[in-house]
Amino acid sequence: MENPTNRVVSAIVENKPGVLHSVANLFRRRNFNIESITVGATELKELARITITVNADEKTLDQVVKQLAKLIDVVKVAELDPNSIVTRELALVKVNVPSVKERADIISCVHVFRGRVVDVSPDSLMVEITGTPDKIDAFLNLMKASGVIELARTGITALSRGASSINFDE
Amino acid sequence: MTKMSGAKALIQSLENQKVDIIFGILGGAILPVYDALCDTKKIRHILARHEQGAAHAAEGYARASGRPGICMATSGPGATNLVTGIANAYMDSSPIIALTGQVPATGVNTSYMIGRDAFQEADIIGITTAITKANYQPRSVHEIPTIINTAFYVATTGRPGPVLVDLPKNVQADTAEVVFTDKIDARGYRPVKEPNLTAISQAADLLAKAERPIILAGGGTIISNASDELAKMSDMLMAPVATTFMGKGAFPECHPLSVGSIGMHGNPAANRLMGEADVLLAVGTRFSDRATANLNSFVPNAMKIHIDVDAAEIGKNIDVDVSVIGDAKIALQMLYTATEKNLQKEQNGSWAKRVREVKEKLNPLLKETPKDLNPKTLLTELRKLLPESAIVTTEVGQNQMWSALYFKALKPRSFISSGGLGTMGFGFPAAIGAKVACPDRPVVDIAGDGSFLMTEQELACSVAENIPVTVIVLNNSVLGMVAQWQRMLYKKRYMAVNLGKTPDFVKLAEAYGAQGIRVASIAEFQAAIKKALKSKVTTVIDVPIGSEEDVVPFVPPGCGLPQQMGDY
Repeated sequence: MENPTNRVVSAIVENKPGVLHSVANLFRRRNFNIESITVGATELKELARITITVNADEKTLDQVVKQLAKLIDVVKVAELDPNSIVTRELALVKVNVPSVKERADIISCVHVFRGRVVDVSPDSLMVEITGTPDKIDAFLNLMKASGVIELARTGITALSRGASSINFDE
Repeated sequence: MTKMSGAKALIQSLENQKVDIIFGILGGAILPVYDALCDTKKIRHILARHEQGAAHAAEGYARASGRPGICMATSGPGATNLVTGIANAYMDSSPIIALTGQVPATGVNTSYMIGRDAFQEADIIGITTAITKANYQPRSVHEIPTIINTAFYVATTGRPGPVLVDLPKNVQADTAEVVFTDKIDARGYRPVKEPNLTAISQAADLLAKAERPIILAGGGTIISNASDELAKMSDMLMAPVATTFMGKGAFPECHPLSVGSIGMHGNPAANRLMGEADVLLAVGTRFSDRATANLNSFVPNAMKIHIDVDAAEIGKNIDVDVSVIGDAKIALQMLYTATEKNLQKEQNGSWAKRVREVKEKLNPLLKETPKDLNPKTLLTELRKLLPESAIVTTEVGQNQMWSALYFKALKPRSFISSGGLGTMGFGFPAAIGAKVACPDRPVVDIAGDGSFLMTEQELACSVAENIPVTVIVLNNSVLGMVAQWQRMLYKKRYMAVNLGKTPDFVKLAEAYGAQGIRVASIAEFQAAIKKALKSKVTTVIDVPIGSEEDVVPFVPPGCGLPQQMGDY
């Protein structure tokens, strides 16, 4: 058995009530592991895109895609090729600021990671940072020393590179 | 364009789908639809006595006729009582449409009732998401025709299955201008009919060179009406045909190449030959664990071809060498043509000889064979007494597995049983549904005392609605199948399986106005069946059998198909 890895599955779904429920329910029922799931608008207002990161081996991934495709409200679904994918995640990180000296250190770190400080209080900073999950992990690692008060990550969203798409064609 | 109520729009949409029968029970939240039923002459409503009965009857109707079966219930408990029947139809891929009432979307004191835990409110959409192909809840009258069209299209095409439409009471009662069209709203749903040519030619290559081919026909063969194509294929390849339990009837079991059904309680000849084949052609089966037993010894020596209309079944339970995604009937036609061209003619007949030999040698034997009223004798006798056109349903448990072993199904859609979900209480209401679909054919439910008691209240329905069927109660006063497991696998530590003093089934039948007959010998059984077949009213035949009779052979859990316990 090959080891399971994180794979990104992208689904174009009808933008109507109940669709997220049936997708989430399918994962629970079939014993698939969701690492993260994001839902948002697409270029067409009646369609939404669900981006799911699953921890799966090849066989399980095949089932994930096929079972999702079976749902009537899933218009199109595919795995995004890991070699040709752009993934992004956004995180809001509230960092503890014990002293003025550390405040400066943290802010320079934020700049290195191309993040932004979006809120400042006497004892804390809120940082917005966008990037691959790895980049966010690395930033959070650096912040450990000062102390992360609160963290909100969106989970990843993704598209495949180049002209290829999994868009719905009428 | 006409102005009409949602309820009327629903009835009209159902009529447009050629619905002539609805099995249901009414209640507060579905009253507008029942009111609209007063004004149609095209639809007969059959009042079940429990919603589970209505759902199973709809499935019996669907499986006997090939047309979608309709069941209807009110909101809350009415809807939740349908759930077992819907789950059953989902597992066995039967096209049924479940219509449920729902509390009004808008209320007197509120703009929104749904979600406020109103009287008899249940989230049936949420509850049935995992056991329906799709479910819908129209929020305005004008949506109804398209939703009903879509529900029927989804339920009956591809791999069929149940679809639920939940109707808020205000949507039933409101009036609006309604346009009836053929429009279907399911762009994400594109069932494949015709398989890919490359897959067909790969499969044909394997079959043309096969020395010991075997065909495994599943329920999908029956659903796609592919029995003729199956028979042609078997004939060309001289391949024995095994079926899954759900495939029983796809191929006449009296045919010299029929080896019966495989599985935990399968025919030993079928189980044995699966292990000897060099090419397996599996048609419309999902390789259920009860059919395959331990996968490590399931058809270990064969190249495997899998035809299925549901792509998600390919590779779900077993890995195959060639997958053919498409409708079984079309796939078999294409495969026949492709194989015929390359068929290696010089068959030496050794495989056919081996099949004959195994069939003769491996015959399931019963412990209590001397006894007159034993399942084997009874069911063999029943086959002789019933015309070929008869439809048989079964309950679930020993009665069902004995039927699989000893009752030879001769035609597709003539053997109807709860295969996937294993729902005790399925057989009797399913028999009622089958009889409604095929009023000119005799319908017999082979039952156990335990499972018949789960839905026996439908005797009231069958008598009141003049739907005469025959129920054969193989009465052993125990929940026999679990008792057998406790006997074989739990050191005879019997717990909660003894039914003690079961009701007097003759009196029970008579209490409902049906006919009850108790038999004490095979001669009396023969007479009772003959009487039942002529009866204008439902007949319950009580047949006492030994309480320790096992279903053997038996592949214990964890073992492979060849490791069958029992004498054969």
